Amino acid sequence: MRIALFLTCVNDLLYPDTGKAVVRLLERLGHEVDFPESQTCCGQMHANSGYRAEAVPLVRGFVDTFDRYDAVVAPSGSCVAMVRESYPRLVPAAAGVATRTYELSELLVDVLGVTDVGAVFPHRVTYHPTCHGLRMLRLGDKPLRLLRAVEGLDLVPLPGAEECCGFGGTFAMKNADVSTAMLADKCTAICDTGAEVIAAADNSCLAHIGGGLSRRGAPVRVMHYAEILGGES
Amino acid sequence: MNAREEILNRLRTALGPAPTAPRVPREYRVDDALDGPARIDLLVDRLVDYKAEVTRCRPDEVAASVATALAGVTRLVAPAETPESWLSAYPGKVVTDGPQPLSVAELDGAGAVLTGCAVAIAETGTIVLDGGPAQGRRALTLVPDHHVCVVTSDQVAGGVPAGLRRLTPTRPLTFISGPSATSDIELNRVEGVHGPRRLHVIVVEPG
Amino acid sequence: MTLPHGTGHLAGSRPFPAAAHVELGKPQLRANLHKATHTIRNKRARVVEELPDWEQLRLAGSAIKANVMARLPELLVEFEAAATAAGAVVHWARDAAEACEVVTRLVRETGTDEVVKVKSMATQEIELNQALERAGISATETDLAELIVQLADDEPSHILVPAIHYNRSQIRDIFTERMGDAPAGLTDEPRVLAEAARLHLRRKFLSSKVAISGANFAIAETGTLVVLESEGNGRMCLTLPETLISVVGVEKLLPSFSDLEVFLQLLPRSSTGERMNPYTSTWTGVTAGDGPQNVHIVLVDNGRSATLADEVGRQALHCIRCSACLNVCPVYERVGGHAYQSVYPGPIGAILSPQMTGIEANKTLPFASTLCGACYDVCPVRINIPEVLVHLRQAAVDSRRDKPSAERTAMKAMAWVMGDRRRYARALRAARRGTVPLERVLRRRTVRHLPWPMSAWTASRDAPLPAPESFRDWWRRTR
Ligand code: SF4
Repeated sequence: MRIALFLTCVNDLLYPDTGKAVVRLLERLGHEVDFPESQTCCGQMHANSGYRAEAVPLVRGFVDTFDRYDAVVAPSGSCVAMVRESYPRLVPAAAGVATRTYELSELLVDVLGVTDVGAVFPHRVTYHPTCHGLRMLRLGDKPLRLLRAVEGLDLVPLPGAEECCGFGGTFAMKNADVSTAMLADKCTAICDTGAEVIAAADNSCLAHIGGGLSRRGAPVRVMHYAEILGGES
Repeated sequence: MNAREEILNRLRTALGPAPTAPRVPREYRVDDALDGPARIDLLVDRLVDYKAEVTRCRPDEVAASVATALAGVTRLVAPAETPESWLSAYPGKVVTDGPQPLSVAELDGAGAVLTGCAVAIAETGTIVLDGGPAQGRRALTLVPDHHVCVVTSDQVAGGVPAGLRRLTPTRPLTFISGPSATSDIELNRVEGVHGPRRLHVIVVEPG
Repeated sequence: MTLPHGTGHLAGSRPFPAAAHVELGKPQLRANLHKATHTIRNKRARVVEELPDWEQLRLAGSAIKANVMARLPELLVEFEAAATAAGAVVHWARDAAEACEVVTRLVRETGTDEVVKVKSMATQEIELNQALERAGISATETDLAELIVQLADDEPSHILVPAIHYNRSQIRDIFTERMGDAPAGLTDEPRVLAEAARLHLRRKFLSSKVAISGANFAIAETGTLVVLESEGNGRMCLTLPETLISVVGVEKLLPSFSDLEVFLQLLPRSSTGERMNPYTSTWTGVTAGDGPQNVHIVLVDNGRSATLADEVGRQALHCIRCSACLNVCPVYERVGGHAYQSVYPGPIGAILSPQMTGIEANKTLPFASTLCGACYDVCPVRINIPEVLVHLRQAAVDSRRDKPSAERTAMKAMAWVMGDRRRYARALRAARRGTVPLERVLRRRTVRHLPWPMSAWTASRDAPLPAPESFRDWWRRTR
C-alpha cells in the first residue's frame, strides 16, 4: 500500500526522528511511504485559538497535498483529530481526505491489521494516552496493543492515565499556572511508575511532559511510541 | 411591551424564522425485562444498598411486620384511609390525619408514619407517593423521623420509564430513594438530614 | 431587535489566569478538590456503567433539549396556561433585577420578612439573597452546603456542592464559630455535622410561611415543576409553607411528563453518582389540602434569549446542571469554582457565562480549557463543550479585530509562513540556524530560559530546540 506521511510541523522541526521511525516501520512492513513536500501544518493551533480565517488556507493546502492518496498517516493524535473532526466543517471539500487520514496506531491495527510489528525494546515503559487520541479518535488500547507486542518491553500502567497533561496548545502559555499544576501531577504519576520511558502518540504533549520531567531532573526519557515501534534494529 | 411579550419576542428573534426541532430517538429500555419475583429481589437489593430497612412478607403477615417495624413507637401517624389490616397488630396510639388535618407540631411529635405508596421502581430502589389511598398529604411522610411504607408486589415496576408510566403527572408526587441523605461533605453520602432518617419498606410478596 | 445580555452574578473583574493564580496558591483547597472530585468521578462511573442503555438515554436527552429550544416560545405559553389552570400564578422577568423585584414584591405581599430557600442556581444567578436583604427580608439557605457557604460568608464554588472547597474539619470550625446553636463539642464526623444542621434548621422549617425554590424541570404539557434533592430540605420548603415562589430559567422546560423518564435517569447518576437521589418532588399548581396554597412561578430570561441566538452556542442551554463536567475537569480540579467568577463554574461555566453576559465581560473564560474533552464525554445531554469553547474563542478574537495584538500578528505571520512550502522550509532552516549557537553553549537540546513570550513556557518547563536537521531536509538528502 502506498501511504502518505503527514509528519506535522512540530515533528518536522523538533522531532524528525519520529518521522524517520514511521518511515522505517512502514517500509519494514512492506509498504511504500511518500512524503509530499508541499505539506506544512494542519492549522490546529489557529483554528483552536480563534483564528479560523488563518486556518482555512492551511486546510486547503492539506487537501491539495493529500487528497490523491489512499491513506495518510500522521504520528499525532491531535493533528489527526483536527483533520477528521474539524476539517469538514472548515472546508467541505476536505470531507473525503479526512476519513482517509489515520493516526499511526489506527493505520497499523485497523487498516493494515498488524499488532506485532517486530520491534525490540528491552525497557520499562509507561504510556500516556493523549486527550485527542483518547476522546476524539477513540484510539482505545490500540497503541497499548502495539507496545505489548514489542519484544522485551515491560509496559507498566500509568495511574490517572486518562487525565490531561495540561498542554492544550496555547493553553500552556495563556494559562501557564494551571498548565504547570496539571503537569506536576502528571510528572509525579510518571515518576511513581518507575518507568525508564514515557511514551505517547503526540510529541507536543511530550514536549510539555518532557520539559517538566527534565526541569525536575527526573531520569525518565520521553519517546513517541512510533520510535519504539520503528526503532533501528 | 410587558415582560412576557418581550421575552417571547426575544426568543422568537433568537430562533429565526424556521427553527427545526429534531426527532427524539427513544431507543432506551422501556419495558420491564424482569419478571415479578426478580423485580422484587432487585428492589430489595437497591433499597438495602441505600440504607433503607426492608422486611419481606406474605399478605397475611403485613400486620405483624408493621408492628415489628414500629417496635418502640408509641404514637403513629397514619393517613385517613389506612387499611385496618395493616394496623391490627400495632399496640401504640394511631393518630389519623383527617378529617381535621394534624398540625405540624403533632406530626413532629409522632414517632413514625405508616403509609402505602403508588409505585415502586426496582432498578433505583425508589418508592413513589402520589397522595392517593393510604398515602395522605406530603407533610405526613416528611416531618416524622421514621417512615414505614408498605409496598405490594403489583406496585413494583422494573425501571424508571415503566414506573413513571404508571403515575398521574398532575398529582403531587414524591419519589423517595432511601432515607434522607447528603453528599455535601467531601461528596460522600451520609444518611440522615432533614427528612425521615429511617425508612422502612415492607414488601408484600404474593402469598 | 438586539437581544440583551444577562446581569447578576455571571462575571468578575479579573481575567481567569489571574484569578486561577490566586486559587492555585491554596494547597488545602487543592487537596479538598482533588479528594472530592475523584470520589464523585468514581461514583458516577460506577452507576453509569450499570445502565446498558446510557448512550441511548444521552441521545434522547440531547434531542429532547434541542427540541425544547426550537419550540421554546410555544412551550412557554403552553406551560403558563397549564400552570395557571392548576392554580399557580406565572410571572415573567427580563433580567436579574426584574426577577428580584418580582420575588421581593411577592414576599412583601405575604407580610413576612423571613423566607427559607432551597438551593437554586437561578436565584444565585440573579443575586436574590442580596436583593431580599436590601428589602429587609432575611433568606435562610437550607441546603447543607449552601448553609455552610452562607455561614462562612463565602461564595459557592460548585453547582451541586457549593461548599466542595471545604473539608469536614473546616466545616466543623465554621459551624462552631458561626452557627449560634451549634452543639458544644461538635466533631468533624459528617453524620454529626449533618445532625447539627438538622437541629439548626428544624424550627425554621416548621414555622416558615414563605419558601423560595428553583426547579430542575418544568413540564410544559401539565404546568408541573420538578425539584431533585437529597436532604429533605427541599421537601420541607416545597411542602410546609403557605406560599411557594419558584424562580425558573426559561430553558428548564420539557415538553411532557414522559420526558422525565429520561432525565430522572440521567441527572442523579451524573450529579451525585446515585441511582436516584433521595427525594424528588413534583407539583402542579395548587393541590387542595396539600402543600402551599399560594404558588408563584417566575420565568426568567436574563441572557438566555441572547444565548439561544447563537446556533453553535445555544446547546449550552441544554445543561441540566448535573456538574459532571466540573467533576472531571482537570482545570476545575486545580483551581476550584471561584476562579470562574460566575455562579456557573467549570466547563459549562466557561461556555455559558460568556454567552449570557456577552463575550466582552468574560473574554478569558473560553480559553480556560485544554480542550481535553473529558466534559463532553460525561455530559448527560451531550453538550459539545470543546466545540463551543473553540467557537467562543473565535468570538473573543473577533471582538478585538480592530485592536492591535501581538498574538494576532504572530498567528498571521505563522499562517503566512506555513501557507507556502518554500517559505516554510526556509523558516525551518532559519529556526535551526538561530538556535545552533545556543545549543553549542548549552551542550544539550533543551533550554531553560527563553525571553517573553516563550518565558511562559520555560517558567516551569525546559523547551526543546530544533533538531540538527529537519525531517524534510533529511528526506531530500536521503531519497
Ligand atoms: S454541561 Fe452537561 S455535564 Fe456540565 S453541568 Fe451541564 S449537563 Fe452536566
